[in-house]
Amino acid sequence: MTAKPSPGSNASRPLSPFMLGQYYRFQISSVLSFGHRLTGMALSFGTLFLAAWVMSAAAGQDAFDQFSACARSPVGLFLLLGWSWSLLYHLCNGVRHLVWDAGYAFEKKNVDAGGWIVVVASLLLTAAVWVAAYV
Amino acid sequence: MSLRSPLSQARGLGSAKEGVGHWWAQRLTALALVPLSLWFVFSVAHYRIADYATMVAWLHNPYVAVALVLYFVALFYHSALGVQVIVEDYVANEALKLSAIVLVKFAHFALGAAAIFAVLKIAFGA
Repeated sequence: MTAKPSPGSNASRPLSPFMLGQYYRFQISSVLSFGHRLTGMALSFGTLFLAAWVMSAAAGQDAFDQFSACARSPVGLFLLLGWSWSLLYHLCNGVRHLVWDAGYAFEKKNVDAGGWIVVVASLLLTAAVWVAAYV
Repeated sequence: MSLRSPLSQARGLGSAKEGVGHWWAQRLTALALVPLSLWFVFSVAHYRIADYATMVAWLHNPYVAVALVLYFVALFYHSALGVQVIVEDYVANEALKLSAIVLVKFAHFALGAAAIFAVLKIAFGA
C-alpha cells in the first residue's frame, strides 16, 4: 500500500489559482471556459430567485408586487442585467460545446473564431433583450 | 483478449457503473434549454411582466404554462447536473462531497417542484 502524497509536501510549488496571471498566460479559450463555469454557478444561484418569482405570483398580488418592486430597484436591475448576460453567454457557449460534442470545429483557428462569435453574440442578444423590455 | 465479461461489455457502464448517463442528460437538457431559454427571456422582456395582471394572464395561456413547466424541468435538472460536477471537481473530502451532492439534488428537486406547482396553480385558475 502506498501512502497518499500529502497536499502540503511541496508547498513552494505554485498551484492552480495562484498561477493565474503570474505564470499562466490567458487565452480566449481558457477565459471563456472559466466564464462558462462561473456563469453556470451564477445561473444556478439565480434559479432561487426564479422560483421565488413564480411562487410570489402564486401567493397573490401583494407578494408579487413586493417581488416586482425589488426586481425593479437599482440592485434588482443590476442583478437582472448580470443574469440575462450570464444566461445568454452560457447558452451561446453551450451551443459551442454541443458543436464540439458533435465532432466539429476543433482546429485552433475555429476554436478561437467560435469563441469570439460567442462573446459578440452574447452581448448582442443581451442588448436585444433589454431593448425588447424598454422599447 | 478482453478481461471484461460479455454482459459488462453489453451494458457499457465502465468501472464507475454509470456510463455516459450524466454526460448525456446534461447534453439533452442543454439542447432543450436553447429554444426554451430564448423564448423565456424574450417573453418576459417583451410582455414586461412586472404587474400581477399581466403575469396571471400570461400563465393562463396553456401553451405558455406547458412551455414554462418544460423549461423548469430542463432548467432545474441541468442546474443540478452542473452543480454536481462543480462539487465533484472541488470538494476533495469524500463524506463532504457526498453530503454536498445530496444537498444539491434535494434543493434542486424542491425548488423545481415549487416553481412548477406555482405555475400550475396560476394556470389552473387561482
